[in-house]
Amino acid sequence: MAETQLTTFWKDSKAINELLTGKGRNGHRGWLEQHIGTEAVRNLRTFFQTPASIAGMVILVVFGLIAILAPMLAPPLNAEVNPYQIPRDGFKAEPKPPMTEWKRNAPKDLPFWYGWFDIEQPTHVLGTTPGQWDIFYGIVWGTRTAFKTGVVITIAVSVIGVIIGTIAAYYGGAIDNVLMRIIDIFMTVPFIMAALVLSTVLAPRLGRTLAAPMIALISFGWMFYARLIRSNILSIKEKDYVIAARVLGVQDAKIMFRHIIPNAIYPTLVVASMDMGGYVLSFAAFSFLGIGADLSYADWGQLISFSRDWITSLDVYWYTVIYPGFALFLFVLAWNLLGDAIRDVMDPRLRKKK
Amino acid sequence: MTNYIIRRIILIPLLLVGVSLLIFSMLQFLSPVARSALYIKDLPKSEEALDAVIIAYGLNDPLPLQYWHWLVGRTNPYTGETVGGVLRGDFGYSHSAKQDVIVMIKERFPATLELTMWGFFPIVIIGTWLGIQAAIHYNTLYDQAICFFCITGASLPLFVFGLLVLMIFYTKLGWFPPGRVSQWVIQEIQGGTFAVHTDMMTIDSLINGRLDVLWDTLRHMILPIITLSYLNWTTFVRVTRSSMLEELGQDYMVTARSKGVRMQDTRWKHAFPNALLPIITLAGGTFIGLLSGVVITETVFNYPGLGSAAAAAASSLDVIAVLGISLFNGVLLILANLIVDILYAVADPRIRYA
Repeated sequence: MAETQLTTFWKDSKAINELLTGKGRNGHRGWLEQHIGTEAVRNLRTFFQTPASIAGMVILVVFGLIAILAPMLAPPLNAEVNPYQIPRDGFKAEPKPPMTEWKRNAPKDLPFWYGWFDIEQPTHVLGTTPGQWDIFYGIVWGTRTAFKTGVVITIAVSVIGVIIGTIAAYYGGAIDNVLMRIIDIFMTVPFIMAALVLSTVLAPRLGRTLAAPMIALISFGWMFYARLIRSNILSIKEKDYVIAARVLGVQDAKIMFRHIIPNAIYPTLVVASMDMGGYVLSFAAFSFLGIGADLSYADWGQLISFSRDWITSLDVYWYTVIYPGFALFLFVLAWNLLGDAIRDVMDPRLRKKK
Repeated sequence: MTNYIIRRIILIPLLLVGVSLLIFSMLQFLSPVARSALYIKDLPKSEEALDAVIIAYGLNDPLPLQYWHWLVGRTNPYTGETVGGVLRGDFGYSHSAKQDVIVMIKERFPATLELTMWGFFPIVIIGTWLGIQAAIHYNTLYDQAICFFCITGASLPLFVFGLLVLMIFYTKLGWFPPGRVSQWVIQEIQGGTFAVHTDMMTIDSLINGRLDVLWDTLRHMILPIITLSYLNWTTFVRVTRSSMLEELGQDYMVTARSKGVRMQDTRWKHAFPNALLPIITLAGGTFIGLLSGVVITETVFNYPGLGSAAAAAASSLDVIAVLGISLFNGVLLILANLIVDILYAVADPRIRYA
């Protein structure tokens, strides 16, 4: 057993060596390979060859373009108004169906793409919500909100979680105990509920902005990653190679970052990559509950929440749910597809099976 | 093992103190006037009277003193009776619901408990089963179908899915209404022809021998359960699948097969118990999540549980009520977490608790 492992290790390292010295299978190494390494290039190649990740990326690129081109796709009322404020065509409670004429508060310049469909006057292309907010405008500008919230929250929670979880699992003993009890305390109040509390408490201080719910979601999100990576490290740190490294006198930090985290991080990465979408959803859910940003701030969750006024005739006013809901769904789906692809690419144990 | 359990139980008071400190510290974001709802119902209008209230209830006292009074209550300077005090079960007064928070919790909790009991088993059993099937049939059409089913589940916003099923099954077909019970059941309860024992309608209807009430309650719960299941399966399938895949790829699987163990047995008796660890964590988390009130689902389906109560209070910035519900949940979940941790230790003897 040990012998075979050694042999394959030697063979592998020989192969890698050949690649690194420029005598690989293809005879030379590309520019990228020289700069970021063979492993990374192979990962990237697999990543760009998986249909799921391509689909995810295409959707995200489209959303990215929408976010960047928002001022052209849905011109704001005028320069003085905050563009995230959805223009409101009156105050009527009854939603207007798609393609109705825009009467009050219509943007002065028509967006360029109106010409493609022979639309000559300001129109509610996707209808209005109850309360007459334009759905199309909300979806376009809401894309920016979705990007901001998702990226910031995910990065913050996973970094905090991985650091704390690794420290707890690696050192064990009292440190582990204290950190785990702190996590227990944070986890005893369930995620959505706790975030709800914190953002409710913060809202009067920070005003009705994106900040309160975001801080709340971050403060109560990291524990899940800490626990997850801890449980993986607990079984990995007993493995022979870690003990060997320790016997050899390798520094703690190096063991952690070179030997333990790379082998224990995959489940955490799967969850984190999936949660990018999840956090967009949580944030949208907060707006849906009426806790996120200000009324009429361009945010998908809030757009959808308006439709609840007409729950008994949703089949008539379907567009108030379907359009913003579909935008949210596609956005989250794209992140989830990417997340799945990242998992398949980065986990060498899964790669071997193909 | 016994040692571990005892140690874990000893920790519980510590956790309780921790949670109470967490909640109490969040209370400090509020103004003294807002905090007075902990002790009194009606606020006086004039400034001077407000100042008198703040002094009488010590709302500007040093924090340790305030914490103590928050725990055990305080004497009303005018009537001499003790008011407030979370240890006495007095969580303050909810201005948005116009009732004491503890009364609200007593009314709402049975509904949430009922939804948890009915929702938990379909989520865990079917979710885990799907995940195992996906892992066994790795990279086949079957696997991909399950993954696709789940990735859409993860991407669908809870509230959009909820509104969609409402649109179809309630507005269009009229099969499954939102809410908890129909009007005629409420009339029977008020008329005294239906005796309420536990406040859990399914159990009460069995005690009363009323199958029509049982059916009516289930009819109201089906949509929330479908929504919760679909969205939770995603996580179960992902975690089960990746954990199972890892175990299926281990050397001991090959050993078992070469010893002549049947394929079925290698999967269920060798791989599955080892893959169980993350699933138990997840199942525990799911149970805890359901028990603490599923905020969004309950809100969408207008189900009168703790979650929708918290959401309603939060959207009108009634912090006292939200904090009260969170504190209740926190205490409840400390006990639930204990059980999960013990199960965790039972499932994996490899984990040594130092």
